[in-house]
Formats: sequence, structure tokens, C-alpha cells
Amino acid sequence: MDAVTRRKFLIASGVTGAGALALGATSFSIQDILETAGEAPGADGPGTLVMVTLYGGNDGLNTVIPFADKAYQAARPELSYGADEVLKLSETIGLNPAMTGFKRLFDEKRLGIVHAVGYPKPDRSHFRSMDIWHTANPVRPTGTGWLGRWLDTVGGDPRLALSFESVLPPLLAGELSAGAVVGRNGVKLPKTLNIKTVSALGEPAAGESSLQARAASCFADLRNVDTFIQGVNDSAKVTGQARATGTGGQSALANQLNLVAQCIEAKVATRAFSVSLGGFDTHADEKAPHSALVGMLDRAVTAFIDRISATEQGKKTTVAIYSEFGRRVKANASQGTDHGAAHDVILVGGGVKGGLHGEPPNLTKLDDGDVKFTTDFRDIYASLLEHVLLSDAGRMLEGWKGRLKGVF
Amino acid sequence: MAEREKVAHLLRRATFGPTAEEVDEAEKAGYAATAERLINPPTPDTAPGPPALTGAKDVQILRLTEWWLDRMVATPHQYQEKLVFFWHGHWATSYEKVDTSQLMLGQQNLFRQLGRGDFAAFVKAMVRDPALILWLDGQRNTKKAPNENLARELMELFTVGIGNYTEADVQQGARALTGWTANKGNGAVKLEMSRFDGGDKTILGQTGKFDTDGFVDILMKQPATAKFLAQRLWFRFASGAPIPADAEQRMTAAYGANRDLNALTGALLKDPAFPATRGQLVKQPIEWAVGAMRQLGLRPSTFNDADRKQLVELLEDMDQIVFRPPSVGGWPDGPSWLTTASVQVRLRLAEILATKAPAVIIDRLSAVPEQTRVDALGRLLVVDVWTQRTRQALNGSAKDVRKLLALGLISPEYCVH
Repeated sequence: MDAVTRRKFLIASGVTGAGALALGATSFSIQDILETAGEAPGADGPGTLVMVTLYGGNDGLNTVIPFADKAYQAARPELSYGADEVLKLSETIGLNPAMTGFKRLFDEKRLGIVHAVGYPKPDRSHFRSMDIWHTANPVRPTGTGWLGRWLDTVGGDPRLALSFESVLPPLLAGELSAGAVVGRNGVKLPKTLNIKTVSALGEPAAGESSLQARAASCFADLRNVDTFIQGVNDSAKVTGQARATGTGGQSALANQLNLVAQCIEAKVATRAFSVSLGGFDTHADEKAPHSALVGMLDRAVTAFIDRISATEQGKKTTVAIYSEFGRRVKANASQGTDHGAAHDVILVGGGVKGGLHGEPPNLTKLDDGDVKFTTDFRDIYASLLEHVLLSDAGRMLEGWKGRLKGVF
Repeated sequence: MAEREKVAHLLRRATFGPTAEEVDEAEKAGYAATAERLINPPTPDTAPGPPALTGAKDVQILRLTEWWLDRMVATPHQYQEKLVFFWHGHWATSYEKVDTSQLMLGQQNLFRQLGRGDFAAFVKAMVRDPALILWLDGQRNTKKAPNENLARELMELFTVGIGNYTEADVQQGARALTGWTANKGNGAVKLEMSRFDGGDKTILGQTGKFDTDGFVDILMKQPATAKFLAQRLWFRFASGAPIPADAEQRMTAAYGANRDLNALTGALLKDPAFPATRGQLVKQPIEWAVGAMRQLGLRPSTFNDADRKQLVELLEDMDQIVFRPPSVGGWPDGPSWLTTASVQVRLRLAEILATKAPAVIIDRLSAVPEQTRVDALGRLLVVDVWTQRTRQALNGSAKDVRKLLALGLISPEYCVH
């Protein structure tokens, strides 16, 4: 395949298929991807999606705070924030005092909050509920993630869906392909087994079973991802855009988002990124540590948005922040909260219309002590797939019909 | 298929990973005798029993995990042990929620005691198992506030399978399972009659004042249950492709009216369709690591604490650690294990295992001339055929025996079987 048609193919399908990689037909460097970016159909092409997963169950009611609600104050007198403390978004709702960056983005109409997002029959197990969010299947968690299924439909190149976490988040696992997981330091191999040695195992071999070919393609993918990450680092050096301080003062989330920003600035083919922040499972004495966590989230995401907004591709980048569940409305006996249900999802950047969306939770009508959902989480996924990734959401979400209203 | 390849396939699937010597013996004995020996081992099990569970919680579960990994390597009763692992994935109970090592061990003891007998007795014991009750909120299932979690999974994942019941059956079944309490501390399980719903229920077309055992009896009468078990076993031991209709028929016939699990699991290995499934399964990370240790003559119990901990951590990085299945659906399968991330972890673990390989293994490979060393590696790792690609890659490292070993362990031919 010559360079021009390969480029066109890249644009049409969002890069290449895993099958092509397994056959060794293509070996991309960052240069290949940079070249294609200039030819992308600009405003009409898909944007970039950054999923921020908060592990442990974020206390939604102390993040986006219904401070004027008597039921909120009554349910958690020691844990609640008052009108004089919150960063007001409306007459009744305010942000956690630590979230000054989000407050500014909200005022700039770039940050949208979708109230009380969840799914029927909420599961209060961390991993089961996270499985449900990852697979977008509340009835029966399937083996594939919703972005993995999207990856399948656009050809399956792992570089299209990147994670800078340490293990593959289930949301990036497809039926036929899986997103690339590069860790925060790129590909790390043991000393004796360098990339050249192991990538020889990724060459195509005649007559092997499809599973064995898939196992081999992992090595080809590994080589491509390695080249890719090195290219991103090099291009960041060349353009002087590397802004990681390396002082250790940054959170794991800020580090991950720095890498994402570098990728976006380098105009890579990647369309979906997965990053995460853990530590939200705060059952006791949670007020201060929770505020510190949402502050960390606020600083990392705000810095990221500010940084990428300087670029065209950055302006088409949408960040979605969610957790596996919110927490119980009523505080427990140890000044913490137990596992809950629906919570607010925050969307930032891209085509998001800033403001408060959906129906706020009614804290006097609870579901077994928990916030009832007013927006199904699949509405959000469907809207992100359609408006950010420009794809057929029904295919990835079993024909799900619901969509967000007024957000994009 | 040559007899050696046939028995090698049988042993790769029915054990955690055969040694070359085990394949030699099996080749001499023939397929039928080897299958029989796997199903009904002639000699007693000599592998060590579980450790005393004392000290901090984290230490207890780590010790238990290390013990089981070691046992998987060491036990001569390989098929039985692999079936215990199968049942663990089937009932898919995680320490994450149960939170007590003793209860996880107690559940495993049920797999060992009942996993080869009458399925009805097994299921009746499982619905009284404190770990399963806590895992699926059985103790929250009361007449006043029914919780459907256990009833749903009992039908969907443990017995009849999805599509063979309705939502109404789940609700009615949950009522039959009401009243159980489980003590997290001492594992005591009790039926509190005040919490039990003694009224009429209609489950799968039958009406009566069913209790827990009455509900299980209904499930045991469903023809779907035998089929579901045959399918699950086929899926884990034979192929990711659907079970052929005739194989399913033979297996369910072996299970029969006595719900005989030993006959069912035996029929799987003896089925004429079984040998043709070569190359259709991806080794799960635990199968991969335990098999490598068996073939390299390594025992986790002889590792130092740091190495043993690292083994467990790397398995965790590959997303498969015993006692912690990801959800009640059990572990993923097939291509989901084949990712750029897992291949990196596999590389690291392969290097560690190759570094730890004892002199006898290294000497045996070193004694073979470089030109044929790759074939000796194939014999050691029980890989039937190297592709030209892998042969070439391995030949490039034939000089450095430990490196060769590590490359063999990560090769596509070794990871798929």
C-alpha cells in the first residue's frame, strides 16, 4: 500500500485493522500519524474522548452539592457543606470548595453537569458496578467494554484507544481487539528481552490458528505502541511542549493527563483515552480526604483543558468524569458514607454546553437510602459516541435509544 | 494426529501443564488409559494441605493464594485440581467481598468434597455456603425484603443457564431462598424461620411451599442443567466454539439421572470430538504460569517471600488471581487475555521463571547442540509444532539458554493450546 492510500485509509477508518497489523502490512511511526493529521477532514472528523474513571465510588453529593436542600443537610450534618462554603453554580447547587478550576470552567460555559446518572437496580458492589459502567450492560456484564466494541467497529488498531493506566481497563476491551495499555512509562520490557527480539514473534506465520495469530499480533502491537510512545515523547521535546514537572508533586491523574495532552498536541490518531484516579472509597472520616481528592481531580483536569485548548484538536476534546457509584445520602456512624447509587457525571470541553443538565436528585424520594437515577448512563455513552466519536451508538450499546438532551 | 500429539493435547487440557516425562508415560500407556488415570487417579494425593490461617487478614489470603498455586504445581491429581479451579470459576466467589480467608478455604473444601459426586448434593451445600451467601447477599434476602441476587445467579450462572427461566422465576426463587444468615466471623450459617417466606411459590411451572432444597430440586429436574454444565466444561477444557451437539448428548448421558459429575467430567476427556479442539483455547494466566513452573521444575513454596509475592502480583497484573474472580460471571476467556498489556507482564514473569529455572533444566537444554536446541525446547514445553516464524526467532537466541526459555514461554505457540 503506498503512502497516500494508506493515509486515506487511516482517515476513513480511523487508522488500521488489527488484522493488517498481524499480517505485518503496516508499521507506523509517530511520523506516519502526524502526516495523516494534516489531511484529516477538519471540523467534520471525530474528536477525542477522554474518560476519567474515579475508582472507589465518589461521593457525588459532596462534589456537586445540593446545599439548599434541607434533606441533604439533615442526612449528614457533620459531613455537609453550607451555602457559605460551596462554590455556587445556582441558587441551590454548588461545587465542593476545592473545585475552583471547575467553577471557572462552569462560568465559562465549558463544563456541564448531568445530574443523578445511574442504571436500574443499582449494584452496590464496587467491581460489579464498575463492570456495569465499563461494559454498559446493567443486566449482565459482558466480556467487552463499550469503547472496546467501538474499537472493533473502526478496525481494531490498539493505538486508537489508549490507556496510561497499568492494566487494561475493561472499557477498552473489544470482542476482536483491545486498546493499548502503555503504562505511564511506555512499554517496559525486561532487560534481556528487548523489543527487537520479542517483536520477531509478531511476524505472520502460515497456517496457524486464528487465536495463535492473535497472540502473535500482540507482539506486533507492542512494537507499534513502543514506537508510537517514543515518537510522542520526541515530538514533545522538539516542540518544547513537555510540561511535566517531574518533581513528584503531581498526582497520578495529572501525569496521565500530561501524556494525553502530549498525544493530542502531536495530533495522533488516538480517539479515545482512558485515565483514572483511585482512593474514593471513603467509609469513615471522609470530609477532608474527599475534598483533597476532588481538588486533585479539579487541578489535573483544569490544567489539561487549559493546555489543550490552545490546539484545534484540543478544542474537539471532551472529558467525561464518572465513578462506579455515588455514596449513601445519610452519613454512617463513623462520619463516612457507604456505597450508594446514582451520582452526577461531569462533562468538560469539546462541544459540551456548559450548565446543569438533567433532573437533580430528590433526596426525599430515595431508593433504599440511595439517590435514584434520573438519567441512564447509557444516554451519556450514546451521546459521546455520536457527538465526539461520530459513530453509530446503537451498534455499541445494543440499540440503546436514550440520548442526552441539550448537552451537545 | 499422532498418538503423542493426541495425549499431549489431552494432558495440556486436563492438567495445568504436562512435563515431557508425563507425555512420554502417557504415550506408552495410550489415550484411553491416560484419560482413565486422570479421571480416577490410582495413587493417593501427596500435595500439602492448606496452611494455618493466622495473623493479619492480608497475610492470610496471601498465604492461601500461595498455597493453592503451589498445590496446582505439585499435586499428582492434576485433573481433580483443575476441576477445583473450574468450580472456583463457576461459582466465582471473590475474597473482595467475603473478606475472610477461612470462608474462602471452606468453600474450596466443598469443591474438593462434592465436585465429583451428585450435582444436587453439591448445589444444596453451595446454597448453604457462607462465602457464597455473603458474596451474593443471601443474608439480606428476607421475607420482608427479598434480595434476588443469589436466586438469579443460581439459575443463570450455576445451573440452568440464561434463557431457561423468567424474571418471575427469579422473584419466586428468591422467596424460596429467604431466611439464611451467615456469620462472617465464624462462618456459621442458620435458617431464621422468622425471616423465611413459607408461602406458595410458582417456580418453572411448579407450585408449592418450596424452601431452598425444594427450589434446588426443581432446578435439578430441568434438562437444561445437564446441558449447561456440559457447555461450561467444554468451554473451559475444550474450545471457545460451541460444543458439538453429539458431544453434548454424550456428556449429558454420562451425567444421567444420578447427576454424576465424575462421569460427566470423565466423558469430556473421552469424547471423540475432544482431540479435534487443539489450538482453540488461550491459556488463562494461572494455567500459563503454573504450567511453566511444572515444566521448569519450580515450586512456589521454595521461592523466597519476595519472589512468591512477585509471582502473585504479576498474576494480579495479568488480571487473574485465585480467590478473586472479577465478577460472579467468572474470568474472561480466549482473546481477552491477549493484550499489549498482558504480554508485557507475561514477558516479565517469563524472565523471572527462566532465571529461576534449576540447573538440571538448563543443563539439559545446553547439552543439546544449538541447531536442534529449539526442538529440545519444544519437548520441554510440550509444544507440538513451532511455526517457521517462532523457530527463527528462537534460533536467534539459542546460544543463551535462559533467554531461549523465556522466549519459548511467551511464544504464541505456548500461549495458545
